Order: sequence, then C-alpha cells, then structure tokens
Amino acid sequence: MNSVLQVKNLKKSFGGIVAVDGVSFDVAEKEILGIIGPNGSGKSTLFNCILGQLQPSAGDVRLDGRAVTGMRPCDLNRLGVSRTFQLLQIFPHLTVRANLILAGQEHQGSMLSRLVGRPDAGLSAAAERMLGFFRLEQLADEEAGGLSYGQQKLLDVAMAFMAGPRLALLDEPAGGVNPTMLANLRERLKTINAEQGATFVVIEHNMEFVMALCDRILVLAEGRVIAQGTPAEVRANPQVIEAYLGRG
Amino acid sequence: MNRKALGISIVSLCGAFLMAAPLGLKPYGIFILSMWAVMTIAAIGLNLTLGYAGQISLAQAAFVGIGAYVTAWLTTKGAWPFWPTYFLGFASCFAVGWLLGYPALRVQHHYLAFVTLAFNTLVFLVFRNEEWLTNGISGISNVPRPSLFGYSLNGGRAFYYFCLAHLAFVSVATWWLIRSPWGRAFVAVRENPMRALSLGVDTRRYTLMAFALGAGLGGVSGTLYAPLTQFVDPTPFALGLSLNLLLMVVLGGSGYFFGPFLGAMVAVLLPEWLRFTQGYYLMGYAVLVMVMMAFWPTGLLGLADRLFKK
Repeated sequence: MNSVLQVKNLKKSFGGIVAVDGVSFDVAEKEILGIIGPNGSGKSTLFNCILGQLQPSAGDVRLDGRAVTGMRPCDLNRLGVSRTFQLLQIFPHLTVRANLILAGQEHQGSMLSRLVGRPDAGLSAAAERMLGFFRLEQLADEEAGGLSYGQQKLLDVAMAFMAGPRLALLDEPAGGVNPTMLANLRERLKTINAEQGATFVVIEHNMEFVMALCDRILVLAEGRVIAQGTPAEVRANPQVIEAYLGRG
Repeated sequence: MNRKALGISIVSLCGAFLMAAPLGLKPYGIFILSMWAVMTIAAIGLNLTLGYAGQISLAQAAFVGIGAYVTAWLTTKGAWPFWPTYFLGFASCFAVGWLLGYPALRVQHHYLAFVTLAFNTLVFLVFRNEEWLTNGISGISNVPRPSLFGYSLNGGRAFYYFCLAHLAFVSVATWWLIRSPWGRAFVAVRENPMRALSLGVDTRRYTLMAFALGAGLGGVSGTLYAPLTQFVDPTPFALGLSLNLLLMVVLGGSGYFFGPFLGAMVAVLLPEWLRFTQGYYLMGYAVLVMVMMAFWPTGLLGLADRLFKK
C-alpha cells in the first residue's frame, strides 16, 4: 500500500533536552495510526515538527513522497493535511457556523476571489452537513465560546475535516470528553475514515478509545519509538507495559 | 431577525438625521460634523487593523497626515485635480501600511504599540523638518476644495455632503469586507493565529493586509481632511491624534462595525457640546472618558451588546 506520510529519523532538541530522538514511521493510505506514550515522551513535539509548527533539528518528512520538512502549516494544510491541537483551539467570538466556514474557506479560490466572491465562500451547504454530522446543528448560530467543553471539542475536530483532508493528525481528541460523546466521536472518525478514505494519526491517552479506533499503534518513550504493532500486540508487549501501561 | 430590523431602523434614522443636520446648523457646526465624518473614516480603518485583526497601531495619525499632505501638496503646488490625489493618497498609505505591518509579524501588543508609535513620531518629524517637501511649520495653505461634475463643493454644506458620501462609501465597502472570508480571516488572526495557520489561513498575508487597508483608510481620511480645513501643517498629525483615534475605536467598541461612528462622535462632538461649561469643557470631557472606560471597557457597543443579550 502507498505511504501517505513518511517520517524519517526526525529529531528535535530544545537546548540540551532532546524531545524527539530519531523517530521514523510510515502511515499507509486510509490507515488509522495511534501514538501513545507517557507525558513528556515527545508526542506533541513530534506532531509540531511534522506539521511545520516547529522546525525539526534533523530528519525528513514526506507527504506522498514529496519532501515537506519545515513547510509552513498553512501551505501544508492546503496540500490536504489538517490537525487538531492538544488544547481546544477554536475561535470563540465567531459563531459555530463561521468557525466551520473559516476552516474551509482558504481552500476555495484565490485571495482576491475570496474578497469579491460569496461571503460564505460557497461553503454553507458543506458547513450544514458538517453540523449535522457532528450533531451541532442546534448550535450553528451560537458564538463558539459559549458552548460546553464537549461541544467545543466536537467543533474543534469538525473544523479539521471541513476541507476534506487526506491526512488528519489529531492530538488527544478524546481529552476531557464524556463517555457518551466519546463513543459518538469515535464512530464519527471511523465513518470519515471509511467514507472519505482519510488517513489518521491520533495521539491519545484514553486506551479504550485508542485501542478501539486504531489499526496500528506506535509507542513513544523519551522521544524514541519503543514498540509498534496492532493494538493487541502493543497491549501484550512487556516493554510497553513497563514504560507506560503498567501492570493491571 | 428582530435584531436585524432594529439595526436597519436605527441606521436609517441616523442616516436621515445626518442628511438633514446641516439645515439646522451654523457653519461651525457643519464644519465639526464634516470633521466627524472624516475622523470616522480614519477610525474605521483603525478598527479594521485593531478591532478585527487585533493588531495595535499607534500610527493612524501618520497615515491621515500622509493622505492630507499628498492632496495638499499636489492640488496646490502641483495644480492636480482632486481625484488623482485621492487615489494616490490611498495607494501610498496602503503601501506604507503594508511595510509597517512587517514588525507585527515579529512583535505583538505593547511592543507593537511602541514600534508604531515610533513610526508616527518619525513621520511627524518629516512633516515638520523637511521644509523642501512639506513647507515645515508654515504648512500648506489655500488647499482648494474639489468640484464634482462641474458643481463646486466650496461651500461648507456642499463639502459636508461630499464627506458624508465618502463615509457612506467606506462604510459599505468595509461592511462587505468584514462579512467576506477576509473579515473572518482577520478575526481568526486576532483570536487564534496558531489554529488559523493550521487551517490554511496565511496569517502573514492577512496581517499585512489588515495593516495596509487600515492605513489606506487613514489616507482617505487625510485626503478629505486637507480640503476640509484648507490648511495642512504638522501639528494635527502628532501622536495625540493617533491616541485620539485609538480612543474612538476603543470607546465606541473595538471590533464592532458601528464602534468608530459612535467613538468619533464622542471624541469629536462631545467636547464641542461641553463648551457651555466654558473653561472646564476639556476637563469635563476627560472625566467622562475616564468614567466610560472604567465602567464599560468593551466600549459603548460592547455595553449595548450585553444589555441586549440579557
């Protein structure tokens, strides 16, 4: 199968601290890859280096075989890579609908056409579908800042899919979401994966969520990959139990 | 929809009032109202940069000054007609504003305030000291008022309607802009640049654009200021005016479309209305501003917004 994302020997150090220490992995098309590991194991730094938010100290990132190392996040996004962040990142003073339209508008036309063209950039219908898909339609005209945490989290994830990305990197999508909504979120992600053929990389601490969602799991500890495999293999790996999962 | 209907009625009423106002005013009153229209245009520009895109600028007076000098110089010494100077005033401020935006890509908030403040001081010094260009403190006098389709706008009332028409045009264009994807992108740059960037929003380009457009409207304001006062000298374009324009935006309600209209009304008209207190009017004005800012930090429209939502 084709690799959508290839990461080779990626390194990032902050002064004397090595946060990511030579991480390599491939993500196949339509795969859902989970990344787990203890706090401070370099998961979010790895994301930020892949996505151009941070410049890696060394290493190589390729998207469909094309070198994209250190490319600006907005340019990467326009190549079909979207992401969410560990902490909620929405636009609190825009309505829920406007948040979604914003998340897709830069993929429509040129900068000039976005000034003189339609105010909704032709995305009203798509936003409506996304609202329905994430069950936010009742809240469409509310300011996003007024929503509950769980609803904001759904909006946060929904925004990452407005432009129909090929590859989505989600940093703790389940963090702080209640169990009912969590099942809903997992089912939504599975659907997007199946129907749109989107590839996922998901950082997550919620083991139940990650084991049920992912095809393959990568385990990081102290900036290095210590194990990888199917959820069952990873769960049984003694090194992983030692470093992260603990004995039940 | 109720809110929309209320908004439309208020705007229509204000429009009708502004159209009829000169009939009941003496020439000085008409001049002050024209000044309100001109300053509102500059404040609308600053509201784009600061209120929508979240980039503080203490240089708006410099752009009003550049626009005013372009028109004053070219229509007197160059004997140009008004309209080319109008577009040149906008274009030159747009270009300089774009360049002034670059520091904003590196620094934010009060650091950016100081960068722009220094720029305002620099421009003021050029106006005052470069006599070969600006005629220094003697200024440029007898700036002619334009004519429109052969109809002279020399009279105070005619020129008031000219300023009002510009204000209407700028308002409609700005309204369009903030409802367009650009407006949404400006707010995104203000509220969460990191997320905006990850959603494909080129935050660099939008930040520079917000500066350039805000500055350009400052220039438009200046090109009207010159024929309104018919005399341009450096003094009005010192830092004081930049602070005053900032006050207009913040007091009216930063990031609210109608904020600059209200803010400029308070900053331009209120001191005049308080003149009946004789020597105390500026002190009274200062106290009123302090009270308003202390109790309604989100501005008059922020206050209205909260009251309406209750």
